[in-house]
This record gives sequence, C-alpha cells and structure tokens, in this order.
Amino acid sequence: MKRYSAFAIAREATRYHSGWERAWRAPEPKTKYDAIIIGAGGHGLATAYYLGKNFGITNVAIIEKGWLGGGNTGRNTTIIRSNYLQDPSAAIYEKSRSLYETMSQDLNYNVMFSPRGVIMLAQTHHEVRGYQRTAHANALQGVPTEWINPQRVKELCPIINLEGPRYPVLGGLWQARGGTARHDAVAWGYARACSDMGMDVIQQCEVTNIRREGGKVVGVDTTKGAIDCDKLGIVVAGHSGDLANMAGFRLPLESVALQALVSEPIKPAMDVVIMANTVHGYLSQSDKGEMVIGGGTDGYNNYTQRGSFHHVEETVRALNETFPMLSRLKMLRQWGGIVDVTGDRSPILSKTPVDGVFINCGWGTGGFKAIPGSGWAMAELMAKGHSPLTDEFGMERFIEGRFIDESVAAGVAH
Amino acid sequence: MLILNCPCCGVTAEETEFHAGGEAHLKRFGPDSSKEDFENYMFMRQNPKGVHLERWRHNNGCGKWFHAARCTMTLEVFGTYSAQTYEPPKEICDLISAKRPGWSWGAFS
Ligand SMILES: Cc1cc2nc3c(=O)[nH]c(=O)nc-3n(C[C@H](O)[C@H](O)[C@H](O)COP(=O)(O)OP(=O)(O)OC[C@H]3O[C@@H](n4cnc5c(N)ncnc54)[C@H](O)[C@@H]3O)c2cc1C
Ligand SMILES: [Zn+2]
Repeated sequence: MKRYSAFAIAREATRYHSGWERAWRAPEPKTKYDAIIIGAGGHGLATAYYLGKNFGITNVAIIEKGWLGGGNTGRNTTIIRSNYLQDPSAAIYEKSRSLYETMSQDLNYNVMFSPRGVIMLAQTHHEVRGYQRTAHANALQGVPTEWINPQRVKELCPIINLEGPRYPVLGGLWQARGGTARHDAVAWGYARACSDMGMDVIQQCEVTNIRREGGKVVGVDTTKGAIDCDKLGIVVAGHSGDLANMAGFRLPLESVALQALVSEPIKPAMDVVIMANTVHGYLSQSDKGEMVIGGGTDGYNNYTQRGSFHHVEETVRALNETFPMLSRLKMLRQWGGIVDVTGDRSPILSKTPVDGVFINCGWGTGGFKAIPGSGWAMAELMAKGHSPLTDEFGMERFIEGRFIDESVAAGVAH
Repeated sequence: MLILNCPCCGVTAEETEFHAGGEAHLKRFGPDSSKEDFENYMFMRQNPKGVHLERWRHNNGCGKWFHAARCTMTLEVFGTYSAQTYEPPKEICDLISAKRPGWSWGAFS
C-alpha cells in the first residue's frame, strides 16, 4: 500500500494524479479462512482490523452483501460521545472515543474526526436530574463531562432559543471531547488497512446459511459459494436476527427504522453537536454546511431502510422551537437505516450457543461512536475467548437479569 | 405510511392514528416459571424478515388493541384481526399464504 501524505499529493500533482492506486483489492473468496466476519460495516471492519493488528490473525474475510459501509455506518449522523451512565458502557465507549482521536494517523486515512463538543440538552426537570446523575457517574468513571447552565449553552450555541414555551432549555450535559467524524471514511480507512494486511473484503456477497457440525461452526454458504472457517463473527446490525436464525438461536432484539435528514448547505452557524432527547431530535452542521438532523426510531419492525414521513415531521417541528432559524431551511435529503434495538438499549458482544460463532450487535441507534472500541473488544473476544471490555455485554445477561440499562442516558440517543 | 383497519371500530386510517405494540401472541409467564420461559417472554423476539404478527392500539380512535399481519420487507399489511385470540384466525393465515406461499404460523424456529 502506498502511504497517503502531503508528499504523495505533491508527487501526484506533477503527473495528473495518475499514480493513485485502488484503496482495497476486490478479491474472489478463497475456500477457507481462519476467521470470517459477516458484515462490512464499521464494526465488522474494525473487528477484522484489530484481529490482524492486535492478534496477528490475518487470514480473514469480511463478507458484505451490499457495498462496504452501505448499512448504518454510511447512514448515521456521526455523533461521537462517551457520556453513558453505566460503568461497562463508559469503559467501551470511552475506549472507542479515545481511539477516534488517533484513528486518522493509525489508519493513514483522514476520517475527519472533529472533537467539537457535544451538548445533551435538558428540557425537562426529569432530564436535569438524569444528566446531573450522569455527570457524577462520568466523574467516577474518569470520563470528563460537565453539567452546564443555560447561559453556557447559549454561549456554546448562539443559535439556540432558551425560552421555548414547550421545551425551555434548563441546562445540559457537556462533553467537550465528543464530536463527529466522516462515517464513510471510517469504513473506507479500515477496509484499506484490512486489505493491506492481506485480508479479503468481499462485497456483493450475501451469506445465506451458516453451516455447523456437532454444535460447531464449519463455514458459511454465500451467493458466491461455500466458504469454510474456524471462527465466525456476525456483525450485521439490523440483520442480526436473520443471521442468528441461520445459526439456530434467537436474539433479544428488534429491528426498526431510524431516519435522518440534511438541509441545504448554509454558512457556519453552529460548531457544536446538540442532542435534544425530549423531542427526539439532534443536530450538527457538516463541513459542507448542511444541518444534519436525526430523529427517533419508527415504532414498528421494519427491514426496508425507509421510515414513515410523520416521524421526520415531528422531529423537525420540535427542533424548530429550539432552533428557530431551521424553519427557513429547505431539507435536501432524507433516508433511513435499520437499527437493532435491545431491551436494555445496550449492545451484545458475545459468544453464542454455537461453538466458534461470535456476535456483535444491538448497537441500535448509537453505534457509530463505538466502532473502534467495539472492533478492539470483539477482536479480543474472538481471538482469546473473552475480553474485559465485553464480559458484561454477553447475551446471557438477559436471562440473568444483569441489564446494562442505558435507556436513560441513551434514550433516543446517538 | 401504513394504512390500517381497526377491527374493533371499523375505522380505516393512517398509522398516525395508531400505536405499534410489538410482537403478538407472546405467551406470558409469571413468577413461578423457568428462567428460560421468562427470558423468552420478556426479551426474545422473532423479529422476522417477512411476515410479522403484531399488536397495534387505536390510540387516537377507539383506544382498543388489535392485531395486524404485516410484511417487514415490503410493509404490506395483509390484514388485521381481533386481539382476543391465541393464534391468527384462518382467514388471516389464508390471506398471508396467498401472498407468501409456504408461509405457516410458528414455522420460525
Ligand atoms: C439514521 C441513523 C442515525 C444514526 N446516528 C448515529 C449517531 O449520531 N451516532 C452513533 O454513534 N450512531 C448512530 N447511529 C447508529 C450507527 O449507525 C450504528 O450503530 C452503526 O453504524 C452500526 O454499525 P455496524 O457495522 O454494526 O452495522 P452496519 O453498518 O449496518 O453494517 C452491517 C453490514 O452487514 C451487512 N449484512 C447484513 N446481512 C448480511 C448477510 N446476510 N450477508 C452479508 N452481509 C450482510 C449489511 O449489508 C451491512 O453493510 C445511527 C443510525 C442511523 C440509521
Ligand atoms: Zn378502533
């Protein structure tokens, strides 16, 4: 792999940019791999990357039914933060956030990580108490966050209207080191690094069956033929239930649509990320100038990657009160992704009833921020059989009643 | 936008009149049941790609609960039926089978 650098740009500038090579190969599947990862979203690619980087396991295929990053990884609103309530969450999300800080250097790929700060607005007294509690929990976890008053919110975000009659701003939970990153670049950067380590990223290849012998995985059937493996990682977000069914077990989650939309581009107006969980809306401004807006999930099970229009309308209507300037903007695009939501709003990183099969799912509406940390932890789980970061996130927690309840901190959250 | 017919009051309306209530026909388990049964009831869901039998409430109408048969891949609503039943009635199964040959209730393992 040729490294990207200022020097490379200068070199290519002198020869009409004819020397850039493909960022990753497009291989045909081999008959057997040490490990197969199903799903080339951020989590699947990061898992493969750390299998190679941290454990030297490089005979790996990442199998993707569409194009890499075409699932939720390329559809989300890219909010990165780690101010969760429970300790196991703080551990994995903070690991992840810190890995984002050096990701561009690690991958030699500019993922445009922008730690511009995230405010979670408190607009009800219930939220004031909830976020103050989270701020205290974060202090104990060593995750720097801060409870701020409405005036400070206004300083950080001048376009906000504090005195909305229905949704007044009562304060906020501020994480100065949260922010955003370029979602496609995260997937592309990992894919390039995986390909460079000799791994095969196989696109346009759908897994249709998981083959087992004597309770152990032996391989998968795909639209490009059968492929054998010793270990299998299922990392398919909204499609996890389907893949689990192929492997013969059930999961405690449901797949629903989550939508987002962007406005026409405008001049810089807001340089922080705002989340308003009471009204199920959140907002940031992209480098192109578009206001990026996300809402809450639709209410019913759905695999179609499109949601109902009235959810978009509700989100925008509520945000208009807090950000009056939005009412003058035209919305350009709207889309949906299928998110996998668990009963306690926390992910599942787990062994499964099938020997050799591991699953990473349940990130629901908020797993973009977790991509590097989750890949790091999942790789350790697959390589060593357990990881301190995943121990609490096993699927057996539902039968044991050991929930990692993030429905307060996560809420709609992203 | 889904369009549903409430079998309780007969009104046909857009989904904004209704509220989705998740998988239908869950068997409820109480305090003396096994851990597995309780986990199944509380958390495990079929979450199928395809035909889904589910609960809905006519929130902004008669307020009553009913069941719907719907496809999660196409959002097609096959039909709605009373919630006072342990399994989908034959007419509904026939409607689904006509559109999805080979489908049978409980086939999900
Ligand atoms: C609108 C929206 C906004 C969001 N906003 C945020 C946010 O602001 N911050 C945040 O942290 N998170 C956010 N999220 C959540 C985040 O996008 C996801 O949690 C995360 O991207 C999940 O990554 P993944 O790699 O697990 O899944 P995906 O990126 O969905 O990748 C799974 C891949 O598996 C593939 N696949 C499925 N079935 C098969 C099969 N049978 N064979 C082969 N491949 C298969 C799919 O094609 C897909 O590419 C948002 C999500 C949405 C939809
Ligand atoms: Zn009714």
